[in-house]
Amino acid sequence: MLGDYSLSDLGSIFVMQGFAGLILFSVFLLMALGLAIIFGQMGVINMAHGEFMILGAYMTYLTSKLFETYLPALFPGYFFVAMIVAFLAAALLGAMVEWALISRLYKRPLDTMLATWGLSLILQQLYRSIFGAREVGVELPPWMLGSWQITSTIEVPINGMFVMALTAVITAGVALLIYKSRLGRQVRAVVQNRVMAGAVGIDTQKVDRATFALGCGIAGIAGSAFTMVGSTGPTAGQLYIVDSFLVVVFGGAQSLIGTIASAFTISQSRSTLEFFTSGSMAQVATLIGVVVILMLRPQGLFATKVRR
Amino acid sequence: MLAIEGLRVAYGESEVIHGLEAEVAPNEIVAFMGRNGMGKTTLMKALMGIARTTAGAVRISDRDITALKSHQRVAAGLAYVPQGRMIFPAMTVEENIETGLTVTGEREVPKDIYELFPVLLDMRRRKAGNLSGGQQQQLAIARALASRPKVLLLDEPTEGIQPSIIREMARMLKKIRDTRGLSIVVSEQVLSFALDIADRVLVLENGEIVHSESRATIDETKVANFLSV
Repeated sequence: MLGDYSLSDLGSIFVMQGFAGLILFSVFLLMALGLAIIFGQMGVINMAHGEFMILGAYMTYLTSKLFETYLPALFPGYFFVAMIVAFLAAALLGAMVEWALISRLYKRPLDTMLATWGLSLILQQLYRSIFGAREVGVELPPWMLGSWQITSTIEVPINGMFVMALTAVITAGVALLIYKSRLGRQVRAVVQNRVMAGAVGIDTQKVDRATFALGCGIAGIAGSAFTMVGSTGPTAGQLYIVDSFLVVVFGGAQSLIGTIASAFTISQSRSTLEFFTSGSMAQVATLIGVVVILMLRPQGLFATKVRR
Repeated sequence: MLAIEGLRVAYGESEVIHGLEAEVAPNEIVAFMGRNGMGKTTLMKALMGIARTTAGAVRISDRDITALKSHQRVAAGLAYVPQGRMIFPAMTVEENIETGLTVTGEREVPKDIYELFPVLLDMRRRKAGNLSGGQQQQLAIARALASRPKVLLLDEPTEGIQPSIIREMARMLKKIRDTRGLSIVVSEQVLSFALDIADRVLVLENGEIVHSESRATIDETKVANFLSV
């Protein structure tokens, strides 16, 4: 399988697939971050997470169209506005869903799964009715097109690098929010002991709503970033939801570093294997690897160790 | 300061507290005593809004808090140190105390709290779950005091604590009462501790108060009889 390539070719392949893996890593990580917050912190399995991401993608699409039609001069910067719109739209929908659906089901986690799965079907049909069944793509601003030629055989697409940078910023932001802010402290307290958090003065209902909205909002940003590297269809979220759950579970549900490390491992092994074998073989090999590691470490890669 | 009027508490269909009446004066320390299963912890949980109140009322400085949720009761001036301490194990000591600041809106842990518990200052960056039982108890009290309560509820604070530290804790609780001017309600099985700190001792049996006596006139053997199995 490696015989046909020279050594320098192989080097270039590894570097380029490495970069492709990094871009995949970025989308995975953005998806998984939102999930890790909702699943890891609240224990809610949100099957509609992919649809929140697609909502963000459609919002980005709409914003790009609006800028194209009404503000062509500002078109190169539309993406930054789109990201904020995507975040707000997904977070707002998330807060509404938490109020209408999730908050009534905290004592029945399996029902949450069913309810959010139903929600995902509703959203998919809604997207299909509004935006049509065909996939839509956004037009990238000119500065994001093209690629950066490092050597004659290695080149890296600029939009991919942008997505990576964006992911780094969002991840750092989330880490700061969870570990340094007052909201983050309240979220962690509620996670560790809901009743006691209430009894020290934390409004657990408000914290739950904020947490869920935040997780969904980050999914919206993920969707926004997703438009940079793929086209958006009503069911595109389904392709990512399984992988994102894999990332969260593999990393250890309550650990941010775990989520990052596991997104990295899974995306890199996928993208490198994909080049040498077929896509589905890569998927299978990665899954087997994850299953074996989870059998050895059921709590995930990184789990906090404290006396309880 | 704290008034309990005809309080009835039930888990589902089974009633645990049957119309309890009690009053706690400002600056007073009251101990609820009783054997296991007599309703001490349930009473504490009901006061905190964790167990469901079916009838009666709880007032704090004449404000009715019966319908309020736990966090609103904290804002109204109640603070709670539960049985088993229930600190947040995966958070640092400092973060644990900071959770108590939610209702006051303060951002930094007040100095006077670390003055009361110097050991917590030394350990403020450690994970709370790694502290010893006695240190966790101090942390739970510090976290409760951070919300600047008018009434501090302590549920079996001596449980699982060494005798030498129990005496230390009694001294500390009295100091807290004297310096902060709050009322303390403590549920206890250890008579010596209760007599050490309480101004008044109430004996709880099957969800009702069967004996009430101020410390000055208390008959120790009588109370001990209530507590013996």
